[in-house]
Amino acid sequence: MAFGRVKRTSKGDYRVRLPEGERELLRALPGQLRELLTTGDPTTDAALRRLFPTPTMDDEAMNAEYERLTRGDLLEERLAALDTMERTLEAERLTEDELVAWLSAINDLRLVFGVRLGVTEEATAEDFAGLPDDDPAVQMYTVYSYLTFLEDHVVGVLAGAR
Amino acid sequence: MSTTAPVEVERPTGDEVTEPDVPWIVIVWNDPINLMSYVVYVFQKLFGYSREKATRLMLDVHHKGKAVVSNGGREKCEFDVSRLHAHGLWATMQKDR
Repeated sequence: MAFGRVKRTSKGDYRVRLPEGERELLRALPGQLRELLTTGDPTTDAALRRLFPTPTMDDEAMNAEYERLTRGDLLEERLAALDTMERTLEAERLTEDELVAWLSAINDLRLVFGVRLGVTEEATAEDFAGLPDDDPAVQMYTVYSYLTFLEDHVVGVLAGAR
Repeated sequence: MSTTAPVEVERPTGDEVTEPDVPWIVIVWNDPINLMSYVVYVFQKLFGYSREKATRLMLDVHHKGKAVVSNGGREKCEFDVSRLHAHGLWATMQKDR
């Protein structure tokens, strides 16, 4: 149980109760992802390629056409979700659309951190426990773990509302 | 009443340049980051699948490495792939041969 951080109300919107430390952690994240999305280079950045995969394994012409047709829209959608999350970061009530935007942004952030950390299905906190405290991977894994927890909770809340 | 008019038979010419409208399939591949609960949620949201069907597909992705999640004409599959990409899933499409 996630201690009811997000709960659906009888009015159909969502009440958000996050400890200040968690909001503080979340505040830094939309800006980081926006910078990656707007200034990153997909030819050298595996995380960006993970956010924008090709539609086929080996059809270069189709991959190029798909990128031309969809890249702009997919980017706009991601940036819009980040804007919504940033704008409502201090809110105690979210509409369903706003919570769905949070979920989108949180999932994108997990993908980026997961790629950066080289996360595998077997990865556990133990893998990062041996690193010195000031290793950037330790901090990143802490954020990644928190986002995992928060995302699973939000998915449960949204799925329960169906 | 009977007719003696010859029946016209259409036969394939064998050297058609245009591709027949073959069906395509959309495949979601396993990745170590996306949460199982999230993948089920996305399959239900995008395709309207029941929780049971969405869960079965997610488990196929998880255990077999991939699952076919939708199919149809090229444009429909391109649309499905782009929605899956928008949700952070690793999806590709190919001809169903």
